[in-house]
Amino acid sequence: MAHVTGDWNPLGDVFYRKVELYSMDRLWQEVADLRKFKVAVAPFGGPIALMRDSNKITQVRGSSHIVIFIFSAAGKEISRINWDSGNVIHIGWSLSEDLLCIQDDGTVLVYNIFGKYQRNFNMGQESRESKVIESKVFHNTSYGGTGVAVLTGTYRIYVVNDVHNPASRKMMEVPGLDAPPSSWCVIGGDRQNHILLARDKRLYKLDRSDMQQEILETKTKEVNAFIEMAVSFDNRFLALFSDTGLLWIGSSDLQKTYCEFDTSSQMRPRQLVWCGTGAVVGYWENLLLVIGPQKDWIKYNMDTDAVLIPENDSLHILQTHTHELLQRVPGVVEDIFKIGSMAPGAMLYEACREFQKESQKADEYIRMIKDQLSLAVEQCIEAAGAEYEPNSQKLLLRAASFGKCFGTNVNADKFVNMCKLLRVLNAVRDYQIGIPLTYDQLKKLTLTVLMDRLILRRQWALAQQISQYLKLPESEGESRILGHWACYKVEQKHIPDELIAQSIKEKLGDTPGIAYSEIAKKASECGRTQLAVKLLEYEPRAAEQVPLLMTMRDSRTSLRKAIESGDTDLVYMVLLQLKEDLPRGEFLMMLRNHPQAQDLFLQLCREQHPNLLLDLYNQNDNFQELANTAVRDSLTEKNLQKRLDQLNAAQDNYKKAANEFSMKATEEEIKLLGYQQRMQEQYKEQFLYLSLHDTVHKLVAKNLGKMAEQLRKEFKFPDKRFWWLKIDALAGAGEWIELERFAKSKKSPIGYEPFVELCMKHHNKYEANKYAAKVAPEHRVKMYIRMGTLDEAAELAFQQKSEEDLNLVLRQCAGNRQLSAKINTMKQQLGKK
Amino acid sequence: MATHLVSGRVNLAFWREVARRELLDCLDKCIGSKAVVWDDFLTGPIGLIAEYSLLKEHEVDRMFPLRPGHLPLKSTSSGAGGNIQNVIFIVRPRLELMTIVADNIRKAEENPGRFRKEFHIYFVPRKSLLCERKLTELGVYGTLNTVGEYNLDLLPFDSDILSMESDSAFKDCYLQGDPTCMFHVAKSLMKLQALYGIIPNIYGKGECSRQVTDMIMRMRREMAGTERLISPQIDCLLLIDRNVDLLTPLMTQLTYEGLIDEIYGITNATVKLPPEKFAKKDDDPKQGQQQQQQQQDLPTEPKKVQLNSADELFSVIRDRNFHAVGPELSRRAKILSAQYEERKDAKSVSAIRQFVSKLHHIQAAKMSLATHTSIAELIKERTDKESFMDSLQTQQEFMNGIDTDKINSHIEDCIARKEPLIKVLRLLCMQSVTNNGLKPKIFDYYRKEILQTYGFENNLSLQQLERAGLLRVQEQKTYPTIRKTLKLVMEDVNEQNPTDISYVFSGYAPLSVRLAQFLARPGWRSIDEVLRLLPGPTIEEKQVLPTGLQKKRPMIGDSQGDSTKVTLIYFLGGVTYAEIAALRFLSQQEDAPTEFVIATTKIINGHNWLQSMLEVPQTSTETTPQR
Repeated sequence: MAHVTGDWNPLGDVFYRKVELYSMDRLWQEVADLRKFKVAVAPFGGPIALMRDSNKITQVRGSSHIVIFIFSAAGKEISRINWDSGNVIHIGWSLSEDLLCIQDDGTVLVYNIFGKYQRNFNMGQESRESKVIESKVFHNTSYGGTGVAVLTGTYRIYVVNDVHNPASRKMMEVPGLDAPPSSWCVIGGDRQNHILLARDKRLYKLDRSDMQQEILETKTKEVNAFIEMAVSFDNRFLALFSDTGLLWIGSSDLQKTYCEFDTSSQMRPRQLVWCGTGAVVGYWENLLLVIGPQKDWIKYNMDTDAVLIPENDSLHILQTHTHELLQRVPGVVEDIFKIGSMAPGAMLYEACREFQKESQKADEYIRMIKDQLSLAVEQCIEAAGAEYEPNSQKLLLRAASFGKCFGTNVNADKFVNMCKLLRVLNAVRDYQIGIPLTYDQLKKLTLTVLMDRLILRRQWALAQQISQYLKLPESEGESRILGHWACYKVEQKHIPDELIAQSIKEKLGDTPGIAYSEIAKKASECGRTQLAVKLLEYEPRAAEQVPLLMTMRDSRTSLRKAIESGDTDLVYMVLLQLKEDLPRGEFLMMLRNHPQAQDLFLQLCREQHPNLLLDLYNQNDNFQELANTAVRDSLTEKNLQKRLDQLNAAQDNYKKAANEFSMKATEEEIKLLGYQQRMQEQYKEQFLYLSLHDTVHKLVAKNLGKMAEQLRKEFKFPDKRFWWLKIDALAGAGEWIELERFAKSKKSPIGYEPFVELCMKHHNKYEANKYAAKVAPEHRVKMYIRMGTLDEAAELAFQQKSEEDLNLVLRQCAGNRQLSAKINTMKQQLGKK
Repeated sequence: MATHLVSGRVNLAFWREVARRELLDCLDKCIGSKAVVWDDFLTGPIGLIAEYSLLKEHEVDRMFPLRPGHLPLKSTSSGAGGNIQNVIFIVRPRLELMTIVADNIRKAEENPGRFRKEFHIYFVPRKSLLCERKLTELGVYGTLNTVGEYNLDLLPFDSDILSMESDSAFKDCYLQGDPTCMFHVAKSLMKLQALYGIIPNIYGKGECSRQVTDMIMRMRREMAGTERLISPQIDCLLLIDRNVDLLTPLMTQLTYEGLIDEIYGITNATVKLPPEKFAKKDDDPKQGQQQQQQQQDLPTEPKKVQLNSADELFSVIRDRNFHAVGPELSRRAKILSAQYEERKDAKSVSAIRQFVSKLHHIQAAKMSLATHTSIAELIKERTDKESFMDSLQTQQEFMNGIDTDKINSHIEDCIARKEPLIKVLRLLCMQSVTNNGLKPKIFDYYRKEILQTYGFENNLSLQQLERAGLLRVQEQKTYPTIRKTLKLVMEDVNEQNPTDISYVFSGYAPLSVRLAQFLARPGWRSIDEVLRLLPGPTIEEKQVLPTGLQKKRPMIGDSQGDSTKVTLIYFLGGVTYAEIAALRFLSQQEDAPTEFVIATTKIINGHNWLQSMLEVPQTSTETTPQR
């Protein structure tokens, strides 16, 4: 094996190397005569688009249709677009791998990598009228977006900063610009993108609101005009090529000059681009010149046509037969492999090699780096990451693993992570997938975006394996991939619903966090309602599921799902919709079949639609509630006759509901109202709507005992309660004589305590005293307490020798020391006896 | 500020902090000066979360209660109201409130003044489709810049209590079949789990418990894969339907806090008391004169007392049986006066300084002691009444199952005397529950008595109670079995130094708490039979922890060595202070297998609970409800 450094070329004190990424697919080789095509290649090892360049005269084979071919980076055809739209000026890719086709009328058409039309936007009125003469697609890594800039026939520049949010903005005009500018480019900034424009040797920096003329004095050679420009991927550096063959390299704000290099070529280079940030590459007919900032250079001969694609850390060279990578040899790699390197990593690598040869030299090498072992291991790991060939990766990793054995506390995490990431990188670099990413690019791109790209390419299986292998969170990895897969699946109209539903369920079955609603939505959009309903069965989030079911007019399922979720808002949503959609009868019928929904609907009706409430009760033969509603209505009814009507209706319904008690109660109420009405007329007193108790009470108090007696009989007033009532009414009215007569009329069925109690309630201690004597002796103490005659109470209790009663009195006389003392003596005396 | 929330095993101050932040987020979304229009019902709860000064910091210049008519935006002479940029309505999702909101907005739009105002509405705790539709119907939906929600469901009342204070929860769920409230419960549990970790074990009893369990399991599936990894701080969730234990809330609570609630009603951890007892306590004789004059004016304004464990004395006596409160108060008084006497011994300067440094504490203690002595006096006045004693005696008879199948003469008397209906119903329901329903003849007799005395319209209320299962015709008698197995009735209760939870009702142990007690030790299997007798399904579920947390659990020789578990007990439909006291009692036992954190839809007592179910709200004629 040739030494690793064999193909390294020195550029000043660093090295550059070319690595072959792919030897291109046969189909590509047949099509890709690069001279004849507009070529667009997406950054980060993205797909390639080819479109025949109408400006270049070529022999047309077959039909005269213009076709856009889309290939993977390895030259495998992904799709082709039969172009039937306008005249395309320029094609380019966005960072999210959408193909942008810019037409001369300023329309930008967006396609995905499968050649499917996505959307379009326009660069503005002026570009439509005066036609676009030149266009550039640029990436701004600081906000991660792709923009489009066009130069119109009126030599004005319009810029869209982000193709996802296309708003065309006009840049400041350069005064007196009456011919196309010598050259121009877009320089991305943190907040704003600038245009750098050269009019002969004068440079202008433009943005939306500002224009500055910059003066660039070249020292080594005269310049008439800057005819080519190149901005580095990170927008920090700039290269300008002049008509006299001078190449100026400096910072993009023109403040710093790194070098001026005389190419002594009067010819405009076919391409001028940056290779990472370390060198500028100019491509002439069959010559590739790599120029470093210290005026060092490397020359490569090119035998076929090529296209150069700048990347953030390198440069891709695309040719008819190969796809190559030109990069600066990464520092760690250089340290290890440079001839004569004494870096710890280099030593470790040597040691490992000697060890495999079973040579004792291994030990010597290890001893030399004993103190720097962990550094050595780290270097080997990093170098493995920077290598493209799996073979060299393996050698370096083996060295790292070997070195780890000698250290005591080398953290294995880095090693493991690198192994994992390299497996992923090698897998996506595979010819079949064709995403040639370097380790640095992956870091910049992030794993999430890589997963996005695999999903975009419909590489479900690989994406799935990677996410499982790297244990990505489900929401980022597995469930997302499966979700996208399923969405893709439902679009395949030739497969029957049954099969799709089944295969989706099989694959997605127990993966949590799948957005089935999204899939179902997709299915619904494709007109596959049945499938959508089936899929929605699996959606656990009712809030997502129910609205979608509603749009698909599956009311039964949506109602069932809404009820299951317990979210009453959802149930109401379905119900209100159904109420609109269905005929009244059918709607009520449906409620009947869903008792929970019915309960909820009743809740709503009670507040909002009383009429509907009755309908519902009628429909369900709910006589009990019909009666209750009538009663409820009657209570607020002012008109007596109407109230009676309602009560009659209620009575009727109670009867139908077999609620005997309520029926009788209603009957009594009707009877009572009749009495009340008559009495009201007769006695000119307010009686209506009182309760029976209050009616009789009032009668007694108004000295209408006869009537009271009549009602008592009519309504079967229990004796005891009537006594209570009468005593209270008489005492309340101050009819003390009448009360006494009543007390003597018969033996009281409730004893005489109530007399005392109610006299006291109405503040007549004198009267109370009369009845206290009649109270059975064992209750009399309490009566005295109630009357507040505690002394007597105490005496009585003492006489009756009841310690319990004494305590009762004692509890009442808080604050009355004298009496307390007296009672205590009494208690003692009782105790003695 | 919210220190009383910190002390529990589960730090509820964190919960409050989150709620606070969410409120401020809502406010900050509206840029510029703001006027907030409050749903009256929410001012109390929000007061527990954020104070006015904090709102002021976030540019809330004005606050109004929600009333129909013109918003009084321009009424101030200073003109401060004139340039209010945002009007924010914070309301419950009630349809009747929407009409007022719409009225407010329309009137304000009619004469917009110099500055254009933006209108926002936030629903607490959740938006409702019906309300949004209603606003659309009323034509103001489009005017609203924000229609948002402020997910304040559970309010942190104390270090171990969270309550939704939802009045209608019981009625909605058990009477009307509207499970909206249970959905809120499930949501609140998801939020609790997001903050304090997945609760691995779920137990429950009752139909609503099953619904809630299903919902949270489902919601967890919905958010699969996006859970935050928090190691569980709560080991067990116990859901209890209120209708599993209908008896307990009917009984008169006999703990200190319970009695305060029974007699004066505690809302949002605050009680309003008649001021007479409090005004005179001032020992500065010189001000006596003025004081007296002030007294003349004072009694109109009720005295507000905050009741939470920030008050050290209250935290000790709140859960005691009322009979044990008096002795504790007098013991405290003695200690306090002894401390006060120390000043006489303080001879040296340093001793005096030491005394002075304690002075602040002593004075605070004195204040608190005075307040609670007054409250205790107020309560004692009530409990010494004969009617109170008679009721209590009847309750004792019922729970012992004595003569529950006969017409009770005390209830009869109460009706005859036309005592407040609620009091009658409370006793009647108790008789029905302890007898598993009444004989048809007796039932009809009681009903007729009630209708004749209190009016025919109460038939509707009686039906409601029937629907709730509180009143009914006799069924199979299970109460005696339940009572015996769960040892609901205990003889010889030590009220001073209790040994069993039955002290909270002087001899009755709340059924709900017994269930919790048995679950903790020895487990529900031992009371299988009783669980079958109680209504609704029994729930036992396990939630699998996220994979990241599983291994960490069984650590050998765990340094914390805290084997006491934490159980979150969630009462669906309300819980009483007496039950809370009983649960705290269990937590405080030395060998307690678990500590309890309590969540509920509302803290109830028999009075407001029955009231919430009645068809025609009973407006008590007296200023304070008599029970």
